[in-house]
Amino acid sequence: MTGQIGARHPRLEDGPLLRGLGRFLDDIPAPGALHAAFVRSPHPNAAIERIDPSAALALPGVRAVVTLDDLRPHLARTRMPLGFRSSKLPPTVTASVLADGEVAFVGQAIAIVLAETRHLAEDGVAAVSIDYTTRPALVDCRDALLPNPPMVRADHPHAVVARFALGYGDTDAAFANAACVVHENLFQHRGGAHPIEPRGILARYDHAEENLSVWSSTQMPHELFYMACEVLGLDENRLKLATPEVGGGFGAKYAVYPEELAIIATARMLRREVKWVEDRREHFIGSIQERDQYWDVSLALDADGRIRGLRGSLIHDQGAYTMQDVNVAYNAGTAVAGPYLVPAFHLDIVAVQTNKTPVLTVRGAGYPQACFTMERLMDAAAARLGMDRAALRRHNLVPPEKMPYEKPLKARSGAPIWYDCGDYPACQDELLEAADWNGFAARQQVARAAGKYRGIGIAHGVKGTGRGPFESALVRVMPSGRVSVFTGAAVMGQGLATALAQVCADQLGVSPEKISVIAGDTRTITLGLGGFGSRQLVMAGSSVQLAAKAVAVKLRKMASHMIEADENDLVLTDGFVHVIGTPPAAGKTIGDIANVLRGSPGAGLPADIEPGSDAHVNFRSDQLAYANVCHIAEVEVDPETGGVDIIAYTAMQDSGVLINPLIVDGQVHGSIAHGIGNALFEWMGYDADGQPVTTNLADYLLAGATDVPRMRTLYRQTPSPLNPLGAKGVGEVSTVPVAAAIISAIEHALAPFGAHLAQAPISPAQILATLQAGGAAHGPA
Amino acid sequence: MSWGESRTITLTVNGTSYTREVEVRFHLADVLRHELGLTGTHLGCEHGVCGACTVLINGRSARSCLMLAVQADGAEITTIEGIADIDGPHAGGLHPLQEAFREFHGLQCGFCTPGMLTTLIELLRDNPAPTEEEVRIAISGNLCRCTGYQGIVDAALATAKNLREATAPA
Repeated sequence: MTGQIGARHPRLEDGPLLRGLGRFLDDIPAPGALHAAFVRSPHPNAAIERIDPSAALALPGVRAVVTLDDLRPHLARTRMPLGFRSSKLPPTVTASVLADGEVAFVGQAIAIVLAETRHLAEDGVAAVSIDYTTRPALVDCRDALLPNPPMVRADHPHAVVARFALGYGDTDAAFANAACVVHENLFQHRGGAHPIEPRGILARYDHAEENLSVWSSTQMPHELFYMACEVLGLDENRLKLATPEVGGGFGAKYAVYPEELAIIATARMLRREVKWVEDRREHFIGSIQERDQYWDVSLALDADGRIRGLRGSLIHDQGAYTMQDVNVAYNAGTAVAGPYLVPAFHLDIVAVQTNKTPVLTVRGAGYPQACFTMERLMDAAAARLGMDRAALRRHNLVPPEKMPYEKPLKARSGAPIWYDCGDYPACQDELLEAADWNGFAARQQVARAAGKYRGIGIAHGVKGTGRGPFESALVRVMPSGRVSVFTGAAVMGQGLATALAQVCADQLGVSPEKISVIAGDTRTITLGLGGFGSRQLVMAGSSVQLAAKAVAVKLRKMASHMIEADENDLVLTDGFVHVIGTPPAAGKTIGDIANVLRGSPGAGLPADIEPGSDAHVNFRSDQLAYANVCHIAEVEVDPETGGVDIIAYTAMQDSGVLINPLIVDGQVHGSIAHGIGNALFEWMGYDADGQPVTTNLADYLLAGATDVPRMRTLYRQTPSPLNPLGAKGVGEVSTVPVAAAIISAIEHALAPFGAHLAQAPISPAQILATLQAGGAAHGPA
Repeated sequence: MSWGESRTITLTVNGTSYTREVEVRFHLADVLRHELGLTGTHLGCEHGVCGACTVLINGRSARSCLMLAVQADGAEITTIEGIADIDGPHAGGLHPLQEAFREFHGLQCGFCTPGMLTTLIELLRDNPAPTEEEVRIAISGNLCRCTGYQGIVDAALATAKNLREATAPA
């Protein structure tokens, strides 16, 4: 059915979810399964002297306690492979499948207790006795750069994981004669990913086939499949892996975890079905976080506000182990200049190990920190130069006539950072109008008359989307007339199945309801990268479109033989292939054509026909499609309490051609809510000894319905030249500028007090402390 | 299989009566999900903050992760699986609130949805004409990581309006 691109089609996924019939990991019936609970380290840094499971094994219902020594004979390697095989980091940066003689963060998995129920397994965990020799922990990442820092762990005793510089141009010259130089020391922290469904895995040993069937709540099913085969030394034909419904990912499920491989290995060793579902406390300590970055940066400008150069340094907290690479730090470093023309740039980056949970990408993946850094500098420069903040930005945005615009930096793929298209100044102009930027002074006066301090902030973001190298799709028309789309993309709640169905329906002349999207199942498709980098609609969508187009050609060619018409006169409508201008029902159904194409014993097929009614495409791109956003936040701040109310929020985004604006709106709203958490709430705290202090959702706050304002969303749709859909990614893009816009607005509201804000998130107590430190707590200057 | 102290309880869930022997330490969500197979009720935190496990107990919303199953002995419970039948049958087989969630994109991954629906069903019964702020306060104990709440709020407001119009005297 054509006309699907751009349709606000209600989602195909919704029916079962609304009835409570969705099948998430913990909903898969597993009546005979052993339930697993992990024994986790209570210490941030310790050698393990002895593990005594005897008291646990004596408990009723406990069937086994498994350590790395038990698994060792069943593993081809005990250490996790690096997630990015292109990484140049040494292999010792990763963790073992279970702790190997030492632990390096609170929450590291040491052993598995297997019992008849989860309750009994948890009883068993409490009864496993472990002797430790504790060691001092390295908690603050800045301490890694001091002389003789505490050793994070014995098997990779190097404080620095990676040290590198990014840059181009002559920053010394840029700063030497600059009319204006501003400097910022920034602390940025992003917490965990916190999908409402935590992680989980079910591994079923099949005695008849001597193979394993595994379901995992993951964003990368194929990566887990191949890594499990590698670590377990499995024949790839002995493992099937699929994702059930996934209750959100946001980065937490964008990695293969030691726990997943430990559970699969245990199921194989015991020849039993084994199930583990992460609880929320485990998610706080065992799932990845983004955490701490310290930026020391300067911006040089001409007197008229033109940027001359940017330089500085970044210290990045990598946690105790590296799972993929230093991708958060790399993204943040390469993205810092964002949408602006910055002729000279130099950034020294050091990623260091700490005795804390491993750091990996959370929605936004380093880009929000880059944006916050740049936008704090822009606000400081505007204040110094006495310019309007929006005007200063507009003055420096990459103008449309310079598109496509190449930054002299490289993305992880090695491809240049190449902004493919977009009109950034026009986005800002439209947004300023919509948010009535120019009318703010009047609103501020009204608020002040009522005793309220109101401020407005603006921030621009650019996010690389559609990460490659490819994504898979196989489109097949079935004899029933239904269409199956198989893809290595991962469905995790975004509405991807609906969007892919729309792309496919548009080519095949059927309604989206006739299309089944089967994603993330290694039995149906052998290659796939999965869900990350705001990539799936761009990459899998392009594969689906190209494959569906190829299937349409096959159907028309076969139909031309069946109804004796020239294939160029045939079109696909309402499930029929028919001669253009005739009623669809006068042609042949796509199911009937598929039935011929699937072959019949001894029946001949025309010579120019290739059997089968399917096509398989792996659309390739190493070049990221850059989406851009500009947000304006308007807030009121109570200088007595430090409380912040977001009064209005307006967001402009250009993600190229939108396939389903209903879904896009939802993604943008969710992105902004996540960013509000990063601006005001989400802090994963550790005490000075390395003990996590925020391990429940009462101590660690996510933005709730009363914290998130009604959001107004605006779009421009500049088609990307990089893919046949003209699409750019959506899912993370609007998280990028939120903390920058909100904290800019808070600072603006508190300008009468001389406030200067240099951190995200910022709590009411920290806002008050800032006011007090400035000597401004008792009233405006 | 039961290893700890257990008791026999009777629950009426979505109109069906169930009698089960349950361990006294099982919370209600455990029994709904694993003993009765009603897996539509989800567990997001098991400490009473996220609200995904919210069910209606004798018509009032309650966290099924914070309540022992034995405390629910004799209670009438409505879970997400039973919502479609409330004040029904409804055209299309879904409660108007469920239909509105679809129309206004009030769900993405769907994991928080059971708690959102049960909480809002209670709100709309208590307050047929809620303001946007009242809707937001009603679901302020339900966390959603996907939607930013806007689709949920819009769905609730539209449902309230539709139900008022449907019951208004001609």
